Amino acid sequence: MSREIGEVILDLKNVSLAFGGVKALTDISFDVREHEIRAIIGPNGAGKSSMLNVINGVYRPQQGEIVLRGRRFARMNPYKAAQAGISRTFQNIALFKGMSVIDNIMTGRNLKIRTNLLLQALWWGPARREELAHRAKVEEVIDFLEIQHIRKTPVGRLPYGLQKRVDLGRALAMEPSILLLDEPMAGMNVEEKQDMCRFILDVNDQFGTTIVLIEHDMGVVMDISDRVVVLDYGKKIGDGDPDAVRSNPEVVSAYLGAGH
Amino acid sequence: MPELASTQALDTFPRLLFHHAQVRASKTAMREKDLGIWQCWTWLEVAAEVRALACGLAEMGFTRGENLAIVGDNRPRMYMMMAAVQCLGGVPVPLYQDAVANELLFVLLDGEIRFAFVEDQEQVDKVLEIQAQLPHLEHVFYDDARGMRHYTQAFIHDVRELMAMGKIHHRNHPDLLAEAIANGHADDVSVMLYTSGTTGKPKGVRLTHRAFIAAAQGGVDFDDLTDSEDILSYLPMAWVGDHLFSYAQAMVAGFTINCPESAETVMNDLREIGPTYYFAPPRVFENLLTQVMIRMEDASRVKQKMFHYFMAVARRCGAEILDRRPVGLADRLRYALGRVFVYGPLKNVLGMSRIRVAYTAGAAIGPDLFRFYRSIGINLKQLYGQTETCAYVCLQPDGQIKFDSVGRPAPGVEVRIAENGEILVKGAMLLKEYYRRPDATAEAINADGYFMTGDAGLFDDDGHLKIIDRAKDVGKLANGAMYAPNYIENKLKFFQHIKEAVVFGDRRTMVCAFVNIDIGAVGNWAERRGIAYSGYTDLAAKPEVYGLIEECIEQVNRELVGEGVLGDSQIHRFLILHKELDPDDDELTRTRKVRRNFVAEKYAVLIEALYAGRQSQFIETAVKFEDGRQGKVAADLVIRDVRTFPLARKAA
Repeated sequence: MSREIGEVILDLKNVSLAFGGVKALTDISFDVREHEIRAIIGPNGAGKSSMLNVINGVYRPQQGEIVLRGRRFARMNPYKAAQAGISRTFQNIALFKGMSVIDNIMTGRNLKIRTNLLLQALWWGPARREELAHRAKVEEVIDFLEIQHIRKTPVGRLPYGLQKRVDLGRALAMEPSILLLDEPMAGMNVEEKQDMCRFILDVNDQFGTTIVLIEHDMGVVMDISDRVVVLDYGKKIGDGDPDAVRSNPEVVSAYLGAGH
Repeated sequence: MPELASTQALDTFPRLLFHHAQVRASKTAMREKDLGIWQCWTWLEVAAEVRALACGLAEMGFTRGENLAIVGDNRPRMYMMMAAVQCLGGVPVPLYQDAVANELLFVLLDGEIRFAFVEDQEQVDKVLEIQAQLPHLEHVFYDDARGMRHYTQAFIHDVRELMAMGKIHHRNHPDLLAEAIANGHADDVSVMLYTSGTTGKPKGVRLTHRAFIAAAQGGVDFDDLTDSEDILSYLPMAWVGDHLFSYAQAMVAGFTINCPESAETVMNDLREIGPTYYFAPPRVFENLLTQVMIRMEDASRVKQKMFHYFMAVARRCGAEILDRRPVGLADRLRYALGRVFVYGPLKNVLGMSRIRVAYTAGAAIGPDLFRFYRSIGINLKQLYGQTETCAYVCLQPDGQIKFDSVGRPAPGVEVRIAENGEILVKGAMLLKEYYRRPDATAEAINADGYFMTGDAGLFDDDGHLKIIDRAKDVGKLANGAMYAPNYIENKLKFFQHIKEAVVFGDRRTMVCAFVNIDIGAVGNWAERRGIAYSGYTDLAAKPEVYGLIEECIEQVNRELVGEGVLGDSQIHRFLILHKELDPDDDELTRTRKVRRNFVAEKYAVLIEALYAGRQSQFIETAVKFEDGRQGKVAADLVIRDVRTFPLARKAA
């Protein structure tokens, strides 16, 4: 591959998160390098989604800090995260079911819209020009994800696998530098998984997007990621390239099971 | 435009192209939907791109008379490449884009291909797979750069590089292209199309500029086509029909070709473009109708009632109104109302509102299907022809449509019926030769210069040609009665629940059949009756489905009884196959025609079981998946007997 993994762009330092007495994350540190595919794995309830929510500021950790491109954030929030170029998809698809695919993906451009509400409502002058430019960008995403045939279909009528793809499309419309994927392949059949893998690798390869993903399918994780973090009961028990993780005895007993 | 001296006759495609670039420079020649927008090329722009491509090829060392392979979906640049190759006196060889690597191998070797132009990464990968076996291959150009960044092989180029090179070349040698076009001759080969190979290895059919322009001009005059037609180009470029309609006729008449965004969006694109001139094989019309019927079943009561009422009106008088025959005033009024409420909206949904002329060919079309489209006011007609005749032998004239014939011989075509019933044709549109197969050429064209089509047919009293079957397929039953398998299969396939059928009976005591159900139609039928199924194999084995198919076959038997000599061909026993016949398993050709002998060999046990009178038979079959993996499908197939009807024999 020609892409080169660069410097650390996202560094999580000693993050701890608790909901009342429940410790979701305990003293977790790991980093993400530019252009890499970084996976977070772990059994159910290990704190994977919490970790992702901390990164894009949905949850605020009680301790620890996030360093994004050298800037320290004790408190991240979703708006700041989005402005800093972090976008994400959701485990349980969070699309607007009644809206068409193109409109859903268009919402991903929201942060980049500069004209005011009045001009947009009138759809006049600069607002119109701007919308055309955004629409062109959205069409590129549609072309990239090969979903031209469902462009105008309401999302609620699509099969699950395609909805996941639209969800990814919306995240891509933001032109993110870091993309967070929460179980992008959950509930998919083999063919859909293959397609999704292909798209994730293509995003990473063509746009150089850094990707942090949570995934249950071990085969997928080991195939596509550069480095893997393993969580168990809110603690980090392994970190390294897929081979190192696979041979780490603690990881094997906690997650992969004796069979592997 | 320096490429075209005004003294030259417009008798080659490059000359036609540069002629259009002069006389209708700013008119749209091609459209393609890309990034959600219909991108347009005027004739002038097309000419400029063709010039760049041609000069680029010249720079790369492409020589006169050489073949160039073109593999991909219908894209403007693919058509432009054809014209560019023809400018240099070369021969474009379009190939089926869904062919697997090994199928490409044969043609690329046979054509000694040095240059190939392919659409995208998928096609490049196929070529790379077989590259070691292709000693001639020197350059591969691709159109779509997506995913191509990591291909470092020196012989793979972006077509844009070729065009950039061509522009420089043209600046340095401004006269080269004009000379190349001036050196072209109407009797040069303009294109090589490989026959689908229902029989043996594919053969390269070499057709000249003169032949294709004659066929295209004939068709254009016949239907009064103008330069304002719009056609949707979505059928494989390797197929003679697409080459005639989307390339040759567009070049002759100067109309616009429209390339869909992708294979999945064809229906949408059809609706957006609203073509005025349309071509589709019967199965496309059939799929459309099936979709309409399925959606109608889900519609509200009122809409259903309205639909059925007005369709009954249309069946009664629609075709007559289209043919301008006398129809009573009451029916005319009802039909006019129907046009407002049903036919108009329906045509709009089908993308057929603007159609002036629509053609179908390639296989027999069911009379009900044909009547349906004509009755709602779509001027659907049949034509007859083959690759060797530029798909131009017979056409149905407006107002003289018969469901069971393919029309009169087209202008400039001479048709004769040989003594054995075979159809013979002669005219300017005939092939020059089969590529490097003088034996096959000699076999196909007789001493009087007639091409032997291999089809059996007859003229009716009005001089319309009726096709019965492939001449070599027409056989005899054990009792000596005539047996025409395709004729029977087509009757079966006209039922919406039957997708494919293969009948056996030559030199046997009775006729038996294999059936493939149509998973869409039968699946819907099953859902309505609360029959649960897990997939094709499961659904095909349901006793209810057997019952459904049995009814269809019984009806065919009833029809056959009334058709004299064919009455002995009633189907006695049948089974429903456990898998769909598939071109990937070599059971169908790429144009989806059954390879009868191959199927008979592969499923010999089943045929034996049919004739041995067994009630069921176990079979296991290897299948190839699209990604190249292999798998197995096994099933215990039920065999059923069907009711046959006694023949009303002439009293002795």
